[in-house]
Amino acid sequence: MKFTDVISPFLAWSRAVKKVDTIPYPKQQNPGADRYRGFHINDTEKCIGCGRCETICENKAIDMVKVEGVEPTQGDSGLRPKVDYGRCCWCGLCIDVCSTGSLGLTNKYSWTTEDPGSCRYTPGVDKKSWDNEEKGFRQDNDVLGWAGSPREEMEIETPEKRIENFDEVVKGYTVQQAMDEASRCIQCGLCISACPAHMHIPDYLKAIAEGRFVDAVKLFYDNNPLPEMCGKVCTRECETVCAMGYQGESIAIRWLKRFACEQFESLADVLALDAQPGEPNGKKVAVVGAGPSGLSAAYYLSRKGFEVHVYDRLEEGGGVAWYAIPEYRLPAKGISRQMEVFEQAGVIFNYNKDIDSKLLTELEGRFDAVYLAVGLQKPSDARIEGEDIPEVKPAFDFLMKSPEKGEKLTGRKIIVIGGGNVAMDTARTCVRLGADVVLSYRRRIEDMPADDEEIHEAMEETIDFRPKTIPIRIEKTKTGIRYFYHEAVMVDNPEGGRPLPRPRDDVEHTVDADILFSAIGQTSDIEFISEAMQKEMEIKWGRIIVDNHQYTGYKNLFAGGDITPGEGDVITAIADGLRAVQGIINRLK
Amino acid sequence: MGVNSDPATDPKKTTHLFFGPQHPGVTGNMSIEMWFDGDQITKAITHVGYLHRGFEKLMEKRLWIQNFPLVSRICVPEPDINEECYALAIEELAGIEVPERAQWIRTLVLELARFAVNLMAFGGQAGTLGLGTGAMWGITFRDFVLDLFEELSGARIYHIYIQPGGVRRDLPPGFENRVLEVLKKIEERLPELDRLVLNNAVFKMRTKNVGVVKPEWIEEYGLVGPVARGSGSVRDVRKDAPYEIYNKLDFDVVTETGNDIFSRAMVRRREIDLSMSLIRQILDGMPQGPVATKLPNLTEWRVPAGEYYSRVESSRGEYGYYVVSDGSLKPRRVHVRGPSYVHAVPLLERMLVGANIADVSNIMVSLTTCPPEIER
Ligand SMILES: Cc1cc2nc3c(=O)[nH]c(=O)nc-3n(C[C@H](O)[C@H](O)[C@H](O)COP(=O)(O)OP(=O)(O)OC[C@H]3O[C@@H](n4cnc5c(N)ncnc54)[C@H](O)[C@@H]3O)c2cc1C
Ligand code: SF4
Ligand code: SF4
Repeated sequence: MKFTDVISPFLAWSRAVKKVDTIPYPKQQNPGADRYRGFHINDTEKCIGCGRCETICENKAIDMVKVEGVEPTQGDSGLRPKVDYGRCCWCGLCIDVCSTGSLGLTNKYSWTTEDPGSCRYTPGVDKKSWDNEEKGFRQDNDVLGWAGSPREEMEIETPEKRIENFDEVVKGYTVQQAMDEASRCIQCGLCISACPAHMHIPDYLKAIAEGRFVDAVKLFYDNNPLPEMCGKVCTRECETVCAMGYQGESIAIRWLKRFACEQFESLADVLALDAQPGEPNGKKVAVVGAGPSGLSAAYYLSRKGFEVHVYDRLEEGGGVAWYAIPEYRLPAKGISRQMEVFEQAGVIFNYNKDIDSKLLTELEGRFDAVYLAVGLQKPSDARIEGEDIPEVKPAFDFLMKSPEKGEKLTGRKIIVIGGGNVAMDTARTCVRLGADVVLSYRRRIEDMPADDEEIHEAMEETIDFRPKTIPIRIEKTKTGIRYFYHEAVMVDNPEGGRPLPRPRDDVEHTVDADILFSAIGQTSDIEFISEAMQKEMEIKWGRIIVDNHQYTGYKNLFAGGDITPGEGDVITAIADGLRAVQGIINRLK
Repeated sequence: MGVNSDPATDPKKTTHLFFGPQHPGVTGNMSIEMWFDGDQITKAITHVGYLHRGFEKLMEKRLWIQNFPLVSRICVPEPDINEECYALAIEELAGIEVPERAQWIRTLVLELARFAVNLMAFGGQAGTLGLGTGAMWGITFRDFVLDLFEELSGARIYHIYIQPGGVRRDLPPGFENRVLEVLKKIEERLPELDRLVLNNAVFKMRTKNVGVVKPEWIEEYGLVGPVARGSGSVRDVRKDAPYEIYNKLDFDVVTETGNDIFSRAMVRRREIDLSMSLIRQILDGMPQGPVATKLPNLTEWRVPAGEYYSRVESSRGEYGYYVVSDGSLKPRRVHVRGPSYVHAVPLLERMLVGANIADVSNIMVSLTTCPPEIER
């Protein structure tokens, strides 16, 4: 043993006169690091109550609770996370997965309270001293991507190729893609209330994610008898509220419906016993109109044991959606697959049968109830000077004749006026028939009512978009027509709402063309309802007003779909049909 | 029969006593049932079970990602090895690539953790001999490293920072410089700690030729880490089966040949220097780029079926996770295999026979016994 070994430890005393390393807590408190995982905060305005934080919390420290002043709305459950500091371990998983990024941890870590109950609190609602703390552990979705991810890309035909024919533009998901896409769903269920038909979206997405495609189809049919149609053309309100859409892209709910249906040659076989007529209850219902709304009511009525007769003046079922929407969006092969199911369910179809007021009165007497689902079959007037020139035509009538199936387009230069689905479908159809198309719309592109994807695809297809153009008049020329318009500026709407287009100046711009299609909208044609009958019902702007169960207030007459006020899309028409079934059951009890 | 035929536990000749589970000299909560004659131990039996929290079983009940906050709790001083092993296994099963920068950051984290543990363990060895100052200084130095962890991960102890596919956040701006500052500060003060511990007559007398681990036991028991390397072994997973970026770093395995507690303390002391060298190399070579690969939806994540044994070099030696997936949302089985299972049960029981009663805690700490590894 060395002598130095005896004295060297005493050199430690030199520390006694140096600066100490410890801090005199609590007199001095070090702030937590910039990313410290301390107490929770929540921006309750941003939070949508999706409950993903609750799901991920391994300690069950989060409960979603009803909060005063936060009402449930479309896309917001109205619930907010309440944390229990008897359970929380400040792992921050809840932060990293928060769909909106509203939840955060502050760098505050020390807090004394006499009230143990206050250790369970709703961040952002129950006031805390750290509520405005800037620093702490916050989400960084760019790094992790746990709060939202991109969508599985769907293969789509190139614009150059797709304008050559009427083949479907999107190619559909592969099985792997569909399962991957479906497994992005976080099962929050916010979409259910956004869907007019309240489809079991999280459940069928889970089924698809797990490869249970039969189950998925069966779940569709619980409240939507046209899932393939919706899988292709639905306006997908559900996707607008999807929690994954905040930090990433919403789940491709529509495409996944389409995918599951396309896995089967026959949907009727898949459904088998699940799409049989119900035990007959001795009651008979007539449905006027074999569009989405009529079909929906007919299917569920038949499943409930009613004898259902459907009447339509056209040769096939599917309504406007089937007739007017072009092949490249809604190909023929899907519709027959869906129509088989109605027949299997016992629905009796009477096509080529125009219902006039006499027949309607007869149906009304012969059946226990009648459901009117006649849609809007009359193109609205364009209300432009010169609209009676023969070269100015209603786009709706043009599309109803299924131009892709042979109707000739007499002209090479086409103008389409409008910004909705009908306008897009007309313009894109004309391009496919070899025409040059100018599309004129009064407002801005972002104001167009057509689906964003449709607008985007149309723009790729050589269509000359002229937004902010106000029609003045149409004149006949030697070879065709001349369309006059003003360029518009947008001014604030004094009544609120969308800005209004106003002419920028007096300059008259012109476009020459062979044909002008006006796609301003459709109105109802209710002449087949006798005046006496009309008097018993409330009719506003040509629409039949109904109650929550689609009841018109007249005898046992119900109405739904486009003929009643609503969104004017397929899924709303289907939802109306579902409600009518409940209304008819209640009324005939 | 009633007749005790074993002289080591003969009640007439020996005293029978429990050491632990509540004793400041015991690492963690475990106890040693001892018989001794005078102050010399004749027989020792380890008892565990005081700390059982059912980690492995709990893991089967949680989503894959939800186990990260749990696995880190298996080891308080060095949570990162658990996160690393678990992440490595998931990455292997799910075929996830880890971006290069994330691999470098992970190695940095693992070395910082080892650095912190060895600072505490080295000082702690002195602490078991009543040399409390050394223990306190070791803990103080470790605290400087914990400041870095707090800045990096948001927590001092349970970092929950290594994730499948990378790490949870990039380095904060200027982090590298602060790491270097901490290294410099500790490096400047290490000689003081050395004088207090290594150049201390008491320490030397109490640790040299005490707690001998015979080199032939290494194979017999499967000893690893500083326990093996203090007896001449050159076993080190960082060298033998390099993971992350250890094969890109320049280092020699630290080994000593004294076989005793002093020798193991020396291994740890030199590991401190090695960690500092490795950390500097990592900071020098750190590439730019992303730090995480995007994962599937965590609440619906089914890790493909399969099994994998991942291993890393912890401060206590080879540390492994055996992970089995049946392709569902939760692990089918996770088995945690830490070196304490061998070091602190059969080896400790053998080493205690013939040892002086005052050296029990001295020996235990030299093996860095960690009860949570024994009862997962
Ligand atoms: C070009 C175009 C594109 C569209 N794109 C989309 C889209 O992408 N997504 C979307 O969700 N919606 C779209 N829509 C709207 C959608 O088609 C309608 O909202 C939906 O079809 C309404 O369904 P319905 O059952 O109420 O009426 P309809 O589909 O109009 O069906 C009514 C049926 O009743 C029949 N009928 C009417 N009167 C009588 C009578 N007196 N006697 C016998 N039969 C009668 C008609 O022949 C018709 O078959 C589009 C519409 C058009 C025109
Ligand atoms: S920090 Fe972790 S333990 Fe705490 S509420 Fe969030 S997920 Fe649960
Ligand atoms: S995950 Fe975020 S948005 Fe969803 S409920 Fe929790 S705090 Fe609100």
